[in-house]
Amino acid sequence: MSLRLEDVQIKLDKKSLFDPISCLVKDGQCLTLMGPSGAGKSSLLDYIGGGLSRDFTASGKVYVDEVSVERWPAETRRIGILYQDDLLFPHMNVAQNLSLGISAEIKGIERKLRIKQALKDANLEGFEKRDPARLSGGQRARVSCMRMLLSEPRALLLDEPFSKLDQELRERFRGFVFGRAMDLKLPMIMVTHDPADAKAANGPVIEIGA
Amino acid sequence: MRFFKDLFSPDYFPTFPALVLGLFLIPVFAGVLGSLLPALGYFPALGGYSFSLDIWERFWSYPAVESAVLRSFCIGIIATFLAFAFCQLICACFYQTKMFDRILRGLSPILSIPHVSLSLGLVFLLTPSGWILRLISPELTGFDRPVPVSFFPDIYGGSLVIALVVKEIPFLLIMTLGAMNEIPVNRGLRVMRGLGYGRLMGWSKAILPQIYGRMRLPVLAVLVFSVSVVDMAIILLPSNSPNLGILVLRWFNDGDLSFQYQAAMGAMIQMMIAFTAVLVWILLEQIGKFWLSKSVMHGRRYVFSSSLVEAGVAKIMRIFSGLVFLLGAFSIVILFVWSFAGRWKYPDALPSLWTIKYWSRHLDGVGDALWHTICLGLFATILSLILVIGCLETQQDQRKRFVYAMQMLIYVPLLVPQIAFLFGVQLFTLTLHLDGVYIGVIWSHLLFVLPYMYLSLQGPYSNLDSRYIHTAKVLGQDRLRILFKIKLPMLLRPILIAFAIGFAVSIAQYLTTLFMGAGRIETLTTEAVALSSGSDRRVIGIYAFVQAILPFIIFGIATILPKWIYANRLGMLGER
Repeated sequence: MSLRLEDVQIKLDKKSLFDPISCLVKDGQCLTLMGPSGAGKSSLLDYIGGGLSRDFTASGKVYVDEVSVERWPAETRRIGILYQDDLLFPHMNVAQNLSLGISAEIKGIERKLRIKQALKDANLEGFEKRDPARLSGGQRARVSCMRMLLSEPRALLLDEPFSKLDQELRERFRGFVFGRAMDLKLPMIMVTHDPADAKAANGPVIEIGA
Repeated sequence: MRFFKDLFSPDYFPTFPALVLGLFLIPVFAGVLGSLLPALGYFPALGGYSFSLDIWERFWSYPAVESAVLRSFCIGIIATFLAFAFCQLICACFYQTKMFDRILRGLSPILSIPHVSLSLGLVFLLTPSGWILRLISPELTGFDRPVPVSFFPDIYGGSLVIALVVKEIPFLLIMTLGAMNEIPVNRGLRVMRGLGYGRLMGWSKAILPQIYGRMRLPVLAVLVFSVSVVDMAIILLPSNSPNLGILVLRWFNDGDLSFQYQAAMGAMIQMMIAFTAVLVWILLEQIGKFWLSKSVMHGRRYVFSSSLVEAGVAKIMRIFSGLVFLLGAFSIVILFVWSFAGRWKYPDALPSLWTIKYWSRHLDGVGDALWHTICLGLFATILSLILVIGCLETQQDQRKRFVYAMQMLIYVPLLVPQIAFLFGVQLFTLTLHLDGVYIGVIWSHLLFVLPYMYLSLQGPYSNLDSRYIHTAKVLGQDRLRILFKIKLPMLLRPILIAFAIGFAVSIAQYLTTLFMGAGRIETLTTEAVALSSGSDRRVIGIYAFVQAILPFIIFGIATILPKWIYANRLGMLGER
């Protein structure tokens, strides 16, 4: 699997936020985007994922497995994203949140098994019926990550997903995300302010708006 | 001044909630009781001192009363359901797109069109001799005279449902937007799309369940209103197939005083219908909730697992929104056209002769009604504004529970059918010789003006950056000065918008003006309804057009005034 950008550029009020970006992210690799606030890092992720706000105009190509997807609606791109907030839906329990990620083609007992396996992988066995609001920050983050992975994405966007966690949790969760994504051979693009994140990603780094 | 200082000191602030609740709840409950006693036979003014159940039987023996009850109930539920469903579909299909902004801009003016002028405009548009058929006849239809089939108004109440849906969609849209305020809707939707969900599926599974609780009271208010609507029903139901509200009003106005008992019973039954409708709605809610939470586990990405279906729904909603906008806009245009029409032969598209004769002939009448309308509106709105700001100021020191209770109570007048308590209140004012007095009418308008102003001002008031207030405190300003020098000037825009909303609500009042004014205080609304049966369309056009245009003028002033006052204050104009 691979994720490739070609001359991607984002404009706000006709002004370019950064120089055109072209790059190739191979499977299991993580590209890190760094740079000051307002440089357009998150907007770039939004463009790749298909959720760019209408205030911006953007151009350039986004290839997933060498198929250009930038004109596709967000829901058909199969590009997963993790935000700094876990965004678990508060009106659903943990299993329901996870079930959202699983394809409809998988039915009945198999769905339950996948949820069970996902919770096991996240070290949260037996948490199916729990209220997400009553979990700890780290547990919520892991559920959120598993929900995204259960949707079998072909690429992964990380929008400062570690920044709200405390130091120790942060390292552990980072290891968890990278480990899972590399097992699944997913190409990743990560936005961060923390050099330690970039180091842990162990991949190319692009400075934006510097 | 000392008194005001005390009133505004933290300890005295609860005066306002107490005042509001005293003004609201006690008279409303007393009114319901005042309707209940005559319904049970106790009516001293008419010599009724004994309780009996005769009136119950007499009520049901009235010709075709069952069908009127059924009509009230069905029209209310169907109209509310359609308005709610369409509103949610619009949000689901278009939220975060340019189309959504356009729909919002197009539909929100309908909010300020008074019910009565909208209904009259729709009648002028859609009847067999209405504008739409005139525009396409005889070329498309071959009609050179109005078809003798009466499909608008129709005996089933479809016309009333259409009018209610057009009127309520903009309100529910704005309430939905308000409910979304405290929830990360954008990112929630993005997560859903990232997981592969289409717009409709994403909205119904992830967003609707989260916001519904916050917009429940407005939805129930729409339901109660639709079930017990009178003014629109008079215009949009044929006289041989009334709903219960119309019957109660007829009995109330009947020369035979024994019908007063019947009217009181009708008011009570109306209350029961509204209560039943609310119960049925809550049942529907629970079914919907259960079904949604079950369907979460299926993992289907699109409605009917088809992205084509979702695209089709979006297309239909686009056309539908356009239609609602056109109905709203052209209902006003047609009132205007008719008011200047001289000769207008069917099926000509426009009058062959234009005239100002009718305007000049009715100028005095319109002027009087306009004067009463404006006075009532001003008094009711200014009073409400003072009370609302007092309450909001008090709330800031209070716990969440207090605020929540307060909000619920302010909603009470919107959740009880007007006729149920107006009948009883009117009996009290009669005994106190307060009938047909301005104060009574103003109070009755207050019941409906205040909740809507409270609703619109509450958000901006609590969103005001508290650091401004803290800074002012540090600079040594006392509470009263902070209120008048900092908060109110900063909130000028939302305050004026709330003012305009309150005014629009007051302009639209029909039953309240009728009951409390005892027929002696005539506003544009009461006149327009009175004219609606059988008067010349030109005269109706004049009254209804003036009524329709008045809220727009007020809204215009409310938008322009802050721009003019803060012309050299960029920071006050910057916020969208």
